[in-house]
Amino acid sequence: MLNLLCLVPFFPLAGFLTLAVTEGKLPKRMAPWIGVGSVAVAALLVAAIGVDFLRHPPADGHFRQTLWVWMEVAGFKADFALYLDALSLNMLFVVTGIGFLIHVYSVAYMRDDPGFSRFFAYMNLFVFAMIILVLADNLTLLYLGWEGVGLCSYLLIGFWYEKPENGDAARKAFVVTRVGDTAMALGLFLLFDQLGTLDIQTAMVQARAHWPIGSGYAVAAALLLLGGAVGKSAQLPLQVWLPDAMAGPTPISALIHAATMVTAGVYLIARTHTLFELAPEVRNLVGLIGVITLLLAGFSALVQTDIKRILAYSTISQIGYMFLGLGAGAWSAAIFHLMTHAFFKALLFLAAGALILSLHHEQDIFKMGGSWKRLPVAFWTFLIGAAALIALPPTSGYYSKHEILLAAYSANPWLWAAGVFGALLTALYGSRLILVVFFGPNNTKARENLPLAITLPLIVLAVLSLFGGLLEMPLSSVLAARETHATGTAIIWMTALAPGIGIILALLCYGPLAKPLQILARNPVGLLLQSFWLQGWGFDDLYFRLFIQPYGFLARMNKADVIDRWFRSIVIVAQFSHRMLASTQTGRLRWYAAVMVFGVVLTIAMGMLG
Amino acid sequence: MILFWLIAVPLLGGILAWPAQHWRSHAPRWIALTALAIDAGLMVLLLCGASADDSWLQQLNWEWIPRFGIDFHLGLDGLSFLLIGLTVLLGFMAVGCSWLEISEQKGLFHCNLLWTLAGVIGVFLALDLFLFFFFWEAMLIPMYFLISLWGHENRDYAAMKFFIFTQVGGLLMLIAILALVFLHYRSSGEFTFDYFRLLDNRLEPAAERWILLGFFIAFAIKLPALPFHTWLPDAHTQAPTGGSVLLAGVLLKTGAYGLLRFAIPLFPEAAHDFAPIAMSLGAVSILYAAILAFAQTDLKRLVAYTSISHMGFVLVGLFAFNAQALQGVVMTLLAHGISAAALFMIAGSLQERLHTREMKTMGGFWKTAPRIGSVTLFFSVAALGMPGLGNFIGEFLVLLGSFRSSIIITAVSAAGLIVAPIYALHVVQRVFHGPPPGKGVPCDFGWREMALMIVMMAASLGIGLYPQPLLNACDLPLKKLIAQGERHEH
Repeated sequence: MLNLLCLVPFFPLAGFLTLAVTEGKLPKRMAPWIGVGSVAVAALLVAAIGVDFLRHPPADGHFRQTLWVWMEVAGFKADFALYLDALSLNMLFVVTGIGFLIHVYSVAYMRDDPGFSRFFAYMNLFVFAMIILVLADNLTLLYLGWEGVGLCSYLLIGFWYEKPENGDAARKAFVVTRVGDTAMALGLFLLFDQLGTLDIQTAMVQARAHWPIGSGYAVAAALLLLGGAVGKSAQLPLQVWLPDAMAGPTPISALIHAATMVTAGVYLIARTHTLFELAPEVRNLVGLIGVITLLLAGFSALVQTDIKRILAYSTISQIGYMFLGLGAGAWSAAIFHLMTHAFFKALLFLAAGALILSLHHEQDIFKMGGSWKRLPVAFWTFLIGAAALIALPPTSGYYSKHEILLAAYSANPWLWAAGVFGALLTALYGSRLILVVFFGPNNTKARENLPLAITLPLIVLAVLSLFGGLLEMPLSSVLAARETHATGTAIIWMTALAPGIGIILALLCYGPLAKPLQILARNPVGLLLQSFWLQGWGFDDLYFRLFIQPYGFLARMNKADVIDRWFRSIVIVAQFSHRMLASTQTGRLRWYAAVMVFGVVLTIAMGMLG
Repeated sequence: MILFWLIAVPLLGGILAWPAQHWRSHAPRWIALTALAIDAGLMVLLLCGASADDSWLQQLNWEWIPRFGIDFHLGLDGLSFLLIGLTVLLGFMAVGCSWLEISEQKGLFHCNLLWTLAGVIGVFLALDLFLFFFFWEAMLIPMYFLISLWGHENRDYAAMKFFIFTQVGGLLMLIAILALVFLHYRSSGEFTFDYFRLLDNRLEPAAERWILLGFFIAFAIKLPALPFHTWLPDAHTQAPTGGSVLLAGVLLKTGAYGLLRFAIPLFPEAAHDFAPIAMSLGAVSILYAAILAFAQTDLKRLVAYTSISHMGFVLVGLFAFNAQALQGVVMTLLAHGISAAALFMIAGSLQERLHTREMKTMGGFWKTAPRIGSVTLFFSVAALGMPGLGNFIGEFLVLLGSFRSSIIITAVSAAGLIVAPIYALHVVQRVFHGPPPGKGVPCDFGWREMALMIVMMAASLGIGLYPQPLLNACDLPLKKLIAQGERHEH
């Protein structure tokens, strides 16, 4: 059964190729069968392989399948080889399972789009690249998947290419993540230079053998890989691309920018956690980045008005929790939260998509008000998603976030405190979302008329969001369990109750206290703070001034190439001297005679003086 | 003998193609294609006769001017094999993409095209320095005519600039060759231009440094590297599409080949001393040209600057002196040959349809020309170093290798990976995305253009996904070159 592993990436790839080669000329009813079918087969295969793997785990806890030698040069070797262990299996479940649901959803959501077939082609390519990313047995192949998902993200953010803003957002996403990717590539070079291999398992064994804890190489390598992770996972300081990435169709936001690709950084760190264990400073930095990001993004989510941007900031913030878990050394808790987050955030995005569809592409939450009775499916599924996001017991989000926060407490109480405050913020913006979108003043007369292809994935994801907390994979064979300290009951209660406080606050702020709060917020400081948060703490502006403007300036100034100007000046000098000399050829005898006499006199004079 | 025919067939084909247009309008094209097909056949023949233990698949050594020790000495190893393979492939492309564009003087055009190819193949085969110089100059003249006769609006200026730059380089190389030969004569009493005999020669460090500089400048102009690159944007922009394909695809590669085959092995110590400068030039080229590429609004000019940027990786890799970097260099040469040639073909086909290369007048073409759009997307993505496509293999191996000799230069060069998408995706955005234009592209790629592009895409994918046969082919030659450098060190 495990030998069928290579077919898992094959089917989505074949789907992509079929859709690409037929250039959208397939009958409209065929395209979704290929696009969805390929991912469905992959998901079924993963289910079968997964059951087999969990029932009869291989002796050493992993299964490797080498397809072909990619490149082998003087000691450097990279294979096209797949590697399956509990961690990659967990990721595979998420990628193909949620991927499949979102593909089904897209059939209805994108039904009337002229680029229907192109959409599924890109989606299939994405699923293929993501599968390669999680199954790669060496870092070079992982990098292929890593860049591949980045490319698909670019293609799908800019899917509606006629609007230049979408293209800008797409390129922004690609270039910003490329900054991280380049750091990661340098990390790969460093690992190869020092350890002589990029095979992940061998490299980790080598690292542990050769590098003492805190060794400079380990720190550098971990830092560089972290660079890649913060780029892909939209963490500080490279988080700026994700809110703009919402320009893509909503299923894309659900699949790529919530459930799978953006969590690749978390996977990378978990996959190479040995390095981070060898570099405790960097591990702490991961936690710190997570905490700061989750707070900043939480505040930003609080003031956004576009439903998708709220969810985008919420994604950044939730990935911050995963980073916090990683930083606390709770590797499996982070992966657990990755999975539950994939459930409830995909659900939230898809439910938001259903809303947006029912409301004729309205994305401003203040124009949606009061729709809870008329849009029951969207409302209830959104509510479940939000409950999981807020981490209310007994939803899936509760279990995973709770685990992370308790781990953070044993690592550093300050991190815990910030995380709990973040949980309060999450509850605040989550409840605000529900209150404003579904309750507020009645603004629309929309009717819900959702096809089965939309409601079914919503219901499945809602079930997963509710009960997904019971699906924690046994990851102990890959990720060493953290030694648990007994935590005081007070801490446990505070962790669990923080969201409740947030909800009560939200009820107050958008209920009885709404008026006084509005007056309170209308002072200059409050307004400034709001617009500051609205723009994501001014990072876009900062980077615009720091990088984009100078780069554009440099390019514009030097369009004609200064170096060429130097070569052109040689031409000008040559032409000038030619003209000077030519002008002496006047053809007048008197002039020639005078010059000759002058020359003779000059020569004699020089002879006499010399 | 096969090696001789490899050069002679395109040469004769050119002579035949010139008058052929008087018999039949399309005859020169078919003659050119036949000549290329014969060359391709010869390559297959060579491959079949290859033995695994010797790095030289075949050599040929005829006396030419014995008084000065000049021989007609050709040799083919895995490295030359790959580059000649690329030359023949792009020869087909150059003929294919000129099918509609060239309507005047077809005979002379194809004659010049084939002669350029013959010259380039000669450069890749020559193992006698005088012969090498001969081919080096010989490939230049037909190229000059291609630009100055069939070029665009500013062709005279561009052709002249190209000619003068390369001539200056050629002159420096000639002086360097003569100096090398005379110094060898003084120490051994033997006049020879033979590569192998000069390889064992040892020079005084000062002399070695000066002679290396002569070679280096000549090859750096051709490559081109900063600050000798300014002929290239003009030449590429003004050349007809077929000319640009050959320029970007193979002519630039002769510069890298010269460094790899001659400059570095002949003067290993000086090359080692010179490495920091050369690598820095390479790294600066990568970034400088990438920024310039982003600034351009002329599509062909933009692609031309990206070529300079990619050749920067070649320079960095060449002077890193290890197997990974050198293999990366060869892969970059092949992959860039394909991706840049394809981008020039696209630019040419757009110009054919729109009669402009100005990107400001383009936009939203995806709607009317999705095939051109997706092919452009493919090669833009290849150019920005997407794993799975050819260019990535080259750049990754170059950086992997150069990391071992200089971390700082590798880090600066790696920044090229950040700026590459800025220009590459800019092209896609500017030309194909955005609001649909008032007037789109009149027609999408037809079967002829699509067939050419499919071959190119397959080649890029092939290098990107299964480069091992290519890596194996030049493994032995590159090992020898490295060993040559190390022998001098001890």
